[in-house]
Amino acid sequence: MTTKLFGEPVRRREDARLIVGKGRYLDDIGHNALAAAFVRSPHAHARVVDIDVEGALDVEGLVAIYTYDDLTGPMAEPLPVLIPHPQLTAPRTGYSLAYEKVHHVGEPIVMVVATDRYIAEDAAERIVVTYEELPAVVGVDAAHEARHAVHDDVPDNVSARHHQETGDVEPALAASPHTLTFTQYIERSASMPMEGRGVHAHWDADDRSLRVYTATQASTSVRAAIAAKLELSLDKVEVIAPDVGGGFGVKIMHPWPEELLVPMAAMNLGADVKWSEDRREHFISSAHERQQKQEITVGFDDDGRLTALDVVVWHDNGAYTPYGIIIPIITATQLIGPYDIPVYRVRVDSVYTNTVIVTPYRGAGRPQACYAMERTMDRIADVLGLDRAVVRERNLIQSSQFPYDAHLTFQDGRPVVYDSGDYPGLMAKLKDLVGWSGAEELRDDATARGKLLGVGMAMYVEGTGPGPYEGGHVQVLGSGKVLVATGLTSQGQGHETSFAQIVASELGVPIEDVEVTTGDTRRFPYAVGTFASRAAVMSGNAIALAARGVREKALRIAADVLEASPDDLEIEDGVVQVKGVPGTSIPLRTVAVLSNPLRYAFDEAAKQATQFTSHDDSKPPVAPGDAPGLEHRDYYSPLRSTFASGAHAAVVEIDPATWEIDVVKYAVVHDCGNVVNPMIVEGQVHGGVAQGVGGALYERMAYDSDGQLQNASFMDFLMPYASEVPDVVIDHQQTPSPLNPLGIKGAGEAGVIPGTAAIASAIEDAVGRRITSMPISPTELYDLMRNPAAERTAASAGRAENGVLA
Amino acid sequence: MKPAPFRYADPGTLDEALAVLSAEGAGAKVLAGGQSLLPLLSMRLAAPATLVDINRVPGLDSVEVTGDGVTVGALVRHNALLRDGAAARVQPLLARATANVAHPAIRNRGTTVGSIAHADPSGEMTSVLALTDGSVTVATPDGAETVGWRDLFVGPLETSLHGPAVVTSAHFSALPPRSGTAFAEVARRKGDYAVCGAGVVVTLDEDRRVAAVRASYVSVGLTPEVHDLTDAVVGKPVDGADWSAAGALARTLVDPDSDLHASADYRRLLVGVLTERTLASAAAEAAGRAA
Ligand SMILES: Cc1cc2nc3c(=O)[nH]c(=O)nc-3n(C[C@H](O)[C@H](O)[C@H](O)COP(=O)(O)OP(=O)(O)OC[C@H]3O[C@@H](n4cnc5c(N)ncnc54)[C@H](O)[C@@H]3O)c2cc1C
Repeated sequence: MTTKLFGEPVRRREDARLIVGKGRYLDDIGHNALAAAFVRSPHAHARVVDIDVEGALDVEGLVAIYTYDDLTGPMAEPLPVLIPHPQLTAPRTGYSLAYEKVHHVGEPIVMVVATDRYIAEDAAERIVVTYEELPAVVGVDAAHEARHAVHDDVPDNVSARHHQETGDVEPALAASPHTLTFTQYIERSASMPMEGRGVHAHWDADDRSLRVYTATQASTSVRAAIAAKLELSLDKVEVIAPDVGGGFGVKIMHPWPEELLVPMAAMNLGADVKWSEDRREHFISSAHERQQKQEITVGFDDDGRLTALDVVVWHDNGAYTPYGIIIPIITATQLIGPYDIPVYRVRVDSVYTNTVIVTPYRGAGRPQACYAMERTMDRIADVLGLDRAVVRERNLIQSSQFPYDAHLTFQDGRPVVYDSGDYPGLMAKLKDLVGWSGAEELRDDATARGKLLGVGMAMYVEGTGPGPYEGGHVQVLGSGKVLVATGLTSQGQGHETSFAQIVASELGVPIEDVEVTTGDTRRFPYAVGTFASRAAVMSGNAIALAARGVREKALRIAADVLEASPDDLEIEDGVVQVKGVPGTSIPLRTVAVLSNPLRYAFDEAAKQATQFTSHDDSKPPVAPGDAPGLEHRDYYSPLRSTFASGAHAAVVEIDPATWEIDVVKYAVVHDCGNVVNPMIVEGQVHGGVAQGVGGALYERMAYDSDGQLQNASFMDFLMPYASEVPDVVIDHQQTPSPLNPLGIKGAGEAGVIPGTAAIASAIEDAVGRRITSMPISPTELYDLMRNPAAERTAASAGRAENGVLA
Repeated sequence: MKPAPFRYADPGTLDEALAVLSAEGAGAKVLAGGQSLLPLLSMRLAAPATLVDINRVPGLDSVEVTGDGVTVGALVRHNALLRDGAAARVQPLLARATANVAHPAIRNRGTTVGSIAHADPSGEMTSVLALTDGSVTVATPDGAETVGWRDLFVGPLETSLHGPAVVTSAHFSALPPRSGTAFAEVARRKGDYAVCGAGVVVTLDEDRRVAAVRASYVSVGLTPEVHDLTDAVVGKPVDGADWSAAGALARTLVDPDSDLHASADYRRLLVGVLTERTLASAAAEAAGRAA
């Protein structure tokens, strides 16, 4: 058994537990808890005139009903603006329970607590809320038009105007040999984890302490929010993320109203209270993302080299802005992708609408950014009659240009400086992988089968692993077990495996001895959270540093026992030995025992460390500056983000009679620096691609003009099944990051980023009509094909026109 | 998403089931596979006072095959019908259509008769009942009666059955001689309710010329209908028929609606395409059986 596991495709250790139903998710906790249910607004915009709870009072099993009037102190104030920013000039957040007005369908108004969820829902159904309806603002165009205001005191509906530029774009455009201006749209989708949100709270009245389990991506920050809102000392609040059934971003948003209200009720009632979100609640009360309108003007020369890029984005932020302008900033800064653009200006207006809030969903503004940039590349190629790959190649940042300063400010407030990469390498690999040069033969072959075939590609650079920091704690027990803790959470990424691999490799212990705990504030109270492809970069490096600290101490103690120099020692398979001297060794577990000088021998092993065993009585048992125990805590705080990169290509086949769209091949070249576990990285890519396909062809939040979500169920909100997701071929490129000890970059979001852009490009290539709005469904493609005004691509001019049935 | 309170009865005989239904009146609902009813309950779109679970009632779980057709008991699951070889020989549309009903997990629980009683115009089996000129047998406190498909389907999710009634079986007529069938649909995702589905029956005359063409569509119109497309291709030799003419005729006969997943125009397009495609393969099958 080797302990050098870094980089090996170790099978996920958590899967057996999760697959056989032994996971412990929020709803598996606390079967005897009281249950909460909510009365939520059925209107997108309304004044709450009256709440009549009378009818619910005689429901047997009802325990309590809470409205805004029951909230006191900080709970009666608006929810926090989590990420303030100087350009967020009109931030607005809701209340835990609606105060006077509701701003989207699904906003909580009343919390009902009862002996079980059925009864809680029965009671909730009998509560009568009287509303005075107000006009709803739905979609970026309506928000921008501002005939009505979402918030009375924000008449233009603009929460923030985000603006960055790298030079004077107007003269640069004026001097460009060619310019092109176009507008395009991208729609709303959502994270849609299999498990919704959920909270369980236990109030210990004797200890006056609160234990909260919540399906979150940020337990330490939820803890701080609960302590602040419920006016508790931080040391009296514990927050634990149990097994979490997917997050994809929606669970990084916090504190959700329910994360505060459920603990409040537990304290108030002196009983355990649980709320487990149902799917309809998730659709109308959690978060969505992705709707943008993009107006793009690009200047370029005869060879297709960009001279200037000017982008205006209207970003739909929904009813409130608790998560600030993170998504607008990411769209703005990641838009340039792997390209060297002489002058770039971007302006993002983040606008209010009477819809569910918009917070990061895997990719977080990057799929939109990639869609803007990559569709621009496709247009330039079409205008100039060039191969789409060639135009991209001519604009790529070259390997000699790293570190590449983009002269932009990223979501972490730090400069966008690409740390490393090989973008031409990605492109070369992608063309091979998808057979780019053979595309015309593929097309001919499909034509012979009566199908329209198209290929498309898209490239991206993804800022990953933003700070401020994460920490790791590694402790070797006398049993030989190695406990690892980090504060950020897991929701399916395989941290139990990849973090264990890092520790096994750094420390020289079998992976079987390593136990990883994440997201438990009792074990590690300092953390930021799991988002932005940061867990491996941040906690991975922190844990590696912690393991190195343990190793150093172990060698020091073992050196004493073995009467050798620490430099001559190695740890292999959990045993410290003198290099090249077999037999001169001491098990790491014994070192752990010796690291803690004892008075009491509570077991056989402990005897070795008690005071009447041999020791050097010229020194105190614990030397100054030293600490008992074989453990170490360390932190990793990066100077700035790492930048991963990749290139995707899609091959689609379209049935020209039914306009059904089939992605027949999907190729990914992926560079996330050094890889901890290639199997896990590939899994992340596969899942991301599935969401990319979903975003391109299936998923859309269908709001009507009254702000009612028309498809708030899995019957009508179409997420792709395995049957809709193509096989994915993957090639890796590894350009280590110079910024962190392990040389890694994040991989969590990459798979989803280029999906919409690449598939739009492929469909456009297949049908010869400009695709300007995504996602696209067969019925919409049919409308496009029979619309005589639809723009035809220049590239398709040479091809036989495909017959369209009117 | 928890149902409102309801009473639950699981009678052991049909008479008992009818007695409970009679006693409970309009607030009672039959529960078969639960694949349509339980989601409605959970979303509180329906709140029956009593559920009468018929799963313990004996004698309702068989598929009877005769020369006349196939009689499917009320507790026969979609998957059982899908795998019934004898039924498929007498009426191939049964297996072809049930294969398009939902996903395996739902087919394992959902009943074919339940989906007919549910009268969803997006269901495959309502359309197949119509196309095979089928009927249902209904048990009521006054005895059993047979209701033909035309009289059964009144509107979307609405049948003519009122008062205490249990549909005990559905009868699908056998495929006539010298005939072939085909079934195809377009769904957004595999196993979804169809955006548009088409089932067709082609019958040839003794000279292998087209004698009759009938079609029925899924997710098109408010209730299942059967369209006679014979005129478009009548008398044409089976290999020389222009099936697109039948498709074109079909497009003029249907009156589809728009929803989130498809415009009415798109559905009409699909009616034409699926008609043409299914007819070609049904005709080939008819020719094979005529040989
Ligand atoms: C995710 C999903 C996808 C689906 N996709 C499809 C699809 O593609 N195509 C399709 O056709 N169906 C689909 N269905 C529905 C499925 O086919 C159901 O099984 C079927 O519609 C109802 O059968 P059931 O036995 O489950 O009936 P139940 O749900 O138990 O009952 C449905 C209704 O019929 C009544 N009823 C049932 N049996 C009788 C009886 N013997 N006598 C009188 N009344 C009765 C009930 O009172 C109720 O009103 C899908 C269901 C789900 C959950």
